[in-house]
Amino acid sequence: MTEFPAFPRRLAAPATLSRRNLLRGAAALGGVAALSALPGAARAQSGLTVGFIYVGPRDDFGYNQSHAAGAAAVKAMEGVTVVEEENVPETQDVQKSMESMINLDGATLIFPTSFGYFDPHILALAPKYTDVRFQHCGGLWAADKHPANVGSYFGYIGMGQYLNGIAAGHASVTKKIGFVAAKPIPQVLLNINSFLLGARSVDPAITCQVIFTGEWSLAVKEAEATNALVDAGCDVITCHVDGPKVVVETAAGRGAFVCGYHADQTALAPEKYLTGAEWNWAKVYTDMVTATMAGEAIPNFVRGGLAEGFIKMSPLGPAVPEAGRAQFEAVKAEIEKGGFSVIKGPLKDNQGNVVAADGEAFLETDPVLEGMGYLVEGVIGSTS
Amino acid sequence: MEGDLGWWAVPLAVLGGAIRVSTPILFVSLGETLTERSGRINLGLEGTLVFGAMAGYATAVMTGNPWAGVLVAALAGAVFGLVHGLICSMAKVNDIAIGIAMMLLGTGLAFYFGKPFIQPAAPDLPSIPFGWWSDVPQVQAALNVNVLFLAGIAAALVLHWGLRATKPGLILRVVGDSTDAARAMGLRPAVIRTMATALGGAFAGVGGAYLSLFYPGSWNEGISSGQGLMAVALVIFARWQPLNCFWAALLFGGAGALGPALQSVGVTQGYYLFYAAPYVLTLGVLIATSSPNRALAGAPGELSITK
Repeated sequence: MTEFPAFPRRLAAPATLSRRNLLRGAAALGGVAALSALPGAARAQSGLTVGFIYVGPRDDFGYNQSHAAGAAAVKAMEGVTVVEEENVPETQDVQKSMESMINLDGATLIFPTSFGYFDPHILALAPKYTDVRFQHCGGLWAADKHPANVGSYFGYIGMGQYLNGIAAGHASVTKKIGFVAAKPIPQVLLNINSFLLGARSVDPAITCQVIFTGEWSLAVKEAEATNALVDAGCDVITCHVDGPKVVVETAAGRGAFVCGYHADQTALAPEKYLTGAEWNWAKVYTDMVTATMAGEAIPNFVRGGLAEGFIKMSPLGPAVPEAGRAQFEAVKAEIEKGGFSVIKGPLKDNQGNVVAADGEAFLETDPVLEGMGYLVEGVIGSTS
Repeated sequence: MEGDLGWWAVPLAVLGGAIRVSTPILFVSLGETLTERSGRINLGLEGTLVFGAMAGYATAVMTGNPWAGVLVAALAGAVFGLVHGLICSMAKVNDIAIGIAMMLLGTGLAFYFGKPFIQPAAPDLPSIPFGWWSDVPQVQAALNVNVLFLAGIAAALVLHWGLRATKPGLILRVVGDSTDAARAMGLRPAVIRTMATALGGAFAGVGGAYLSLFYPGSWNEGISSGQGLMAVALVIFARWQPLNCFWAALLFGGAGALGPALQSVGVTQGYYLFYAAPYVLTLGVLIATSSPNRALAGAPGELSITK
C-alpha cells in the first residue's frame, strides 16, 4: 500500500506565517524578544523553550513514545517550556515546524527526533539560526562537514538487541528466530546482527530470518511480515519499526515469543514477552537541558549505552528459563562494565566476506559500526 | 513448533494474505461501487475507513463487544457518507473536492478522538477455523477466516444480484446513468445519490472496523496507510461490478503478501519490486483492457470523471 501522508497536529496558521517569513523582519529587528510583543506569540521568555518533533504519534508503543516520555521528563523541570509537534513527515514540513518553533515559540533548543530530519532539513536551517541548538537523534554529525550548532546523540541499543538475542536463544525451540525490519540502514542492520549474535552465543546453530517492510510504519505489512516469519518456522520475533505494537500482538497471537523494541511492550503480550531493548531518553534529555540552562555546551557528538543509562532492558518475562536469566544478567553486567564487543572476529557476512578478522573486535563506541552495511552469517536476508 | 514448508509457503502465504488483507479493500470498494453506480464519487472513503477503524476500536474497548464496534463503525461511516451526499446535493458542488475534504476531516477527527485508544487493547472479532482438517499449522493459520470476510463475499453476491435484478438496483442504475431519465421517471436523483453515498460510507466504516478489530487488530494512526484510496481506485479496475471488486480485492491482498512471503523463503533481493507488484499488476490490467475507441466499459454515465 502507498503510504498516506500524516498531518501535522499543530494548527496550520503559525506554520503558514513562518512559511511566508512574515516574522523574519520582526525577528531581525529585536530578536526573539520582539516577538513577545506580538499578540498570541507571547511565551515564557525567562526560561528555556525546548522543541520536540516526532515523525509519528506520541503514543505508538515505540520510537516516538520513547522520545515523548523524555520530553515529558523535560516538561517537569523548573523553568522549561516544552513545545511538541507529532506526525511531522521527513520533508520540507519539518523545516516549517522548526522555523515555527524558533520564530513563534522562541525555542532555542530543538530535538528533531527522526533520522531523516537531518539531511537536508536540519542542515538547511542551522546556518540560518546560529543561536539555536539543533540536537538530532541518530545523525552522523562530523566536525568538518556540519555546522557547530548541530549536535547528534544516540544510544548503543544494538547491545539491547544482543541481550534480546540471548533471551531468544534460550526460548527458541525451532532454532529459528525472526526480525521484522523497516529499512536496511546501519542502525537496523546492527540490531539484526546483534540479535542473531546474541542468540548464537546460546546456540551457534540458530538462524535469523529478516523481512524488510520498506517503511517505518506500515501496520498491515508488518502484520503480514510477522505471519510470514511464523509460517517460516520462527518462534521468537523481534522488530525494528516505529511502533512494535502490531508485530508484538500478531506474533503473540500466533503463539510465538516476542522481544520488544523502543519501549516496554510487556502489557501487549504478558505471557509471550521475553524482554525488550528500550530507550531511556528521559535521562538523556534532562541532562542536556540541565547543561544548557547552566550555560554549558552540549558536546556535538553524544553516545551512550546501558552503562550511561541511554538504554535499558524490559523486565524478563515468565517464559525465559532459569539458565537464560543467569546468562542474560551476567552478560548485561559485563556490558555495563565496558569493553564488551558484539561484532568480533572471526566473523563473516552472509555473502561470505570477512567483516571481522580473527582477533579483531569492535567496541560499541566504534564509529565503524554506525556505517554498517552487511548482515552477518546466519541472517537470512539481504540489504537491497 | 512449525515445520518447514519450503516453497509451498509462498502460495500458502499468498492465499492467507488474500483472505486476511482483502476484507477492508473489499468493503470499501463495494461501498464505492454503490456510490459511483448512483453517479457520484466519494473520494473520502479513506477518511471514513480510518474513522471507522477508530470508532469501532473505541467502542469495542468501552463495551467489550467487538460487534458493537462494527455497528458503530458502520453508523459513523453512514454519517460521513450522508454529509458528503447532502453537501454534494447542493448546486454546483464538486463531489471530488468534497471527497478530499471529507477524507482529511475523517482522518483528522479519527486521530483527535483516537488518542486515548492507542494504548488499550480491544477484544478481537471472532474467526472460523476452516483449516481444522489440516495438521499443518501454516494451513490452519492461513484458513483462519474472519466472519467479516464471509460477510463481504455475501455482500458482493447480494449487490451483484441486487443491481442486476431488483427494482432498487434498477433505480440506482438509472440515476447513475442519466439524471434526466431518472427525473422523467419521477425519481429524485439527489435523494437516491445521498442514500447510496451513506450506504457506501457504512460499508467503508465496516472495513475500518475489520482493520482495527481483526487484522492487524489494533488502532494506530498508520493503520490504513492509503488502503481506502487504493480501494476507491480499484472500483475502476473492477469496472463497477461488485463481483469484480471481490476478485480485485483478493488479488491485491494476495499480491501484498507476496513480498514478505518471498523474503521468508529466502528470496531476499529486490523486495521493493515485489512490494510494487499489486500496482504493476493493476497498471498492466488497465492498459490491457483499455481501448482508444470507446469510453470505460461499465462506467455510469453521470460520473463526473467519465462525463
